[in-house]
Amino acid sequence: MIDLFLFGILPYLTIAVAVTGLIWRYVTNQFSYSSVSSQFLENRQLFWGSVPWHYGIILILLGHLLGVLFPGGISAFNGVPVRLYILEGTALALGLLVLVGLVFLLLRRGTSARLRVVTTPMDVVLLVLLLIQVIAGIGIAVFYRWGSAWYVQTAAPYFWSVVTLSPKVTYISSLPLLVQVHAVNAFVLVGLFPFTRLVHMLSIPFAYLWRPYQIVMWYRRQPRSF
Amino acid sequence: MDVRAQLSSVFHLDKCIGCHTCSLACNNLWTSRDGTEYMWWNNVETKPGTGYPTLWEDQAKYRGGWEVKGNSLVPRTGGRLGILTSMFYNPHLPTMDDYYEPWTYDYEHLFTAPPGDAPPTARSISKITGRYLDVEAGPNWDDDLSGSPVYAKNDVNLKELTPAEREALFRVEQLVFFYIPRICNHCLNPACLAVCPSGAIYKRGEDGIVLISQEKCRGWRFCVSGCPYKKTYYNWKTGKSEKCILCYPRLETGQAPACFHTCVGRIRYTGVLLYDADGIEAMAKAPEADLVEAQRRLILDPADPEVAAAARRNGISDDWLGAAKSSPVYRFVKEWGLALPLHPEFRTLPMLFYVPPLLPVAASTRTGRYDLAEKSYLGNSESLRVPLKYLARLFSGGNTGIISGALNKLWAVRGYARSQTSGHITDSQAKEMLTEAGLTPDAARQIARLTSLPRFNDRFVIPPYRREEQIQQTVDPQQHKYQVGFGFINPPRRGL
Repeated sequence: MIDLFLFGILPYLTIAVAVTGLIWRYVTNQFSYSSVSSQFLENRQLFWGSVPWHYGIILILLGHLLGVLFPGGISAFNGVPVRLYILEGTALALGLLVLVGLVFLLLRRGTSARLRVVTTPMDVVLLVLLLIQVIAGIGIAVFYRWGSAWYVQTAAPYFWSVVTLSPKVTYISSLPLLVQVHAVNAFVLVGLFPFTRLVHMLSIPFAYLWRPYQIVMWYRRQPRSF
Repeated sequence: MDVRAQLSSVFHLDKCIGCHTCSLACNNLWTSRDGTEYMWWNNVETKPGTGYPTLWEDQAKYRGGWEVKGNSLVPRTGGRLGILTSMFYNPHLPTMDDYYEPWTYDYEHLFTAPPGDAPPTARSISKITGRYLDVEAGPNWDDDLSGSPVYAKNDVNLKELTPAEREALFRVEQLVFFYIPRICNHCLNPACLAVCPSGAIYKRGEDGIVLISQEKCRGWRFCVSGCPYKKTYYNWKTGKSEKCILCYPRLETGQAPACFHTCVGRIRYTGVLLYDADGIEAMAKAPEADLVEAQRRLILDPADPEVAAAARRNGISDDWLGAAKSSPVYRFVKEWGLALPLHPEFRTLPMLFYVPPLLPVAASTRTGRYDLAEKSYLGNSESLRVPLKYLARLFSGGNTGIISGALNKLWAVRGYARSQTSGHITDSQAKEMLTEAGLTPDAARQIARLTSLPRFNDRFVIPPYRREEQIQQTVDPQQHKYQVGFGFINPPRRGL
């Protein structure tokens, strides 16, 4: 019963909350969409926190996505042991990098008096949840080795079963507890997405790569005559 | 020719008394909120000095403005991909310590202190953390401190001076300094805008005011380091950048911006300039020493019928053309060549111009008294107390000819005015000075008039915005009345 709730209902619940929450927040309070950077108040620790965290987590999330999108490709890649070792080693190294970044981010929130002024309770909740997620992830990598191999056999089909609205709960509920914690915590993070600073992920300004350098806006552009 | 209008300004540095009234007027109006209390959209600096934020002119430190790479003009901050990949940590961002930590005083203690031997004091407390703070820096901490080893001697503009020249500049008997009031330059080629990943900053087509959309800003912070003048600021509370808005709500109702209106020394002028938007990139790429001339070429003569016709084609009304014709800024910048942009080598084409300070002339003390008359009454460009090279670093991209040209004109105008009023200088002497400076007596009279006796409406020629007419064309004014206004419907809060 609890499995059905956690792996059959919770994913849909959190996605529904995330989508409606994001729309609600964007429509009613676009002003609050910001990276709410605190670099201006604290610079040094941020470098050791933010840079490893962001680069690490982007690559790790990309890895999770690739495993789901191309399970066959990943299996084929892992067919040669050396490649498997390299992939696992890289993933674990990135996991540790992310952990270091996160620890710095948490530490600076606690140690800088200026930062405490701009830290909301949600910031702390988010950082703690992310820490749980990262520790669980590293734990899986260490204790249940060759995750990149079994991930494509378990999590990938589970993901697609959720996407196709016929969730196969047993894919996840038969896995070790640590993996289940990792999954449930991920759902919680998805659900909290619109209510945290995570919304800045939706603001990645790719358009900057091709927009002209200068922007001129007219109150009412008058048509040009000859 | 793509003619556009720009509301521009001139600050006459000889008249600035460094009273900071402008800063306070601005602060009272716009930046007395949480998160903005450290911002001074208008600040007054003592030069030579390091300014606010500290060493803002040092682009090796902050990487602001533009540079010419090969044949193209690129932000010094970096390429587009470079900016996107350093969003997580902007290596050139000034932090609060580069400005100062805003503070107040623990006044409450004066009332609640227990009886004791010594009278209670109000200690300084941080406006950010609320803790006791040992104040070490402030926005005008370098006020009048020329010659101090901390401020004046670290001025980056002194780099090209010889040790002897530096030594002479800081000799106690002839210490010299002047003030530079600074606001956003509302540049033609703004670098803050170019490096904004969100595209939240824009230049208004009608009057050229550069603004930041608070809704679109995502707090990536590149405008702060990208502006070479450090005139965009990061609101640490809301996580959005803010900057001088040239008091556009005042301008649109026909009033001069608050810092202009309150200026005690009446050093500020504002008016419309017409410019050719097609030429911006080419002019911004000019060699460093030619940048002032290039910018003057970009500014068009509103009395030229061809320009007026092109302006009308671009939707510039006759009212605005008329305002451009009587603009004091046009006269100071283009007609007389007296007003110069601050640091044109940043290549943003700033539209705030400064009349360089003539400064007290070095007198001789050889006869045992302070003798101005030894050489000539007003001196000449050889007896400048501040080296030409220093002024050229500030106002002409190192071109000393432009500075001496402007200063000679200022001298000639003074000489001419003297000959008309006190008679201390003869008419023939005055005429000689004018010919040397390349001025006619008529121009000198007008310069003297606009410098020393301008009326309010001579200083501020604000074009009629007629916002109400523009509004009528799109929405019912009654409805519009309830939809707009300055500020927020909900109080701005930091994230969630």
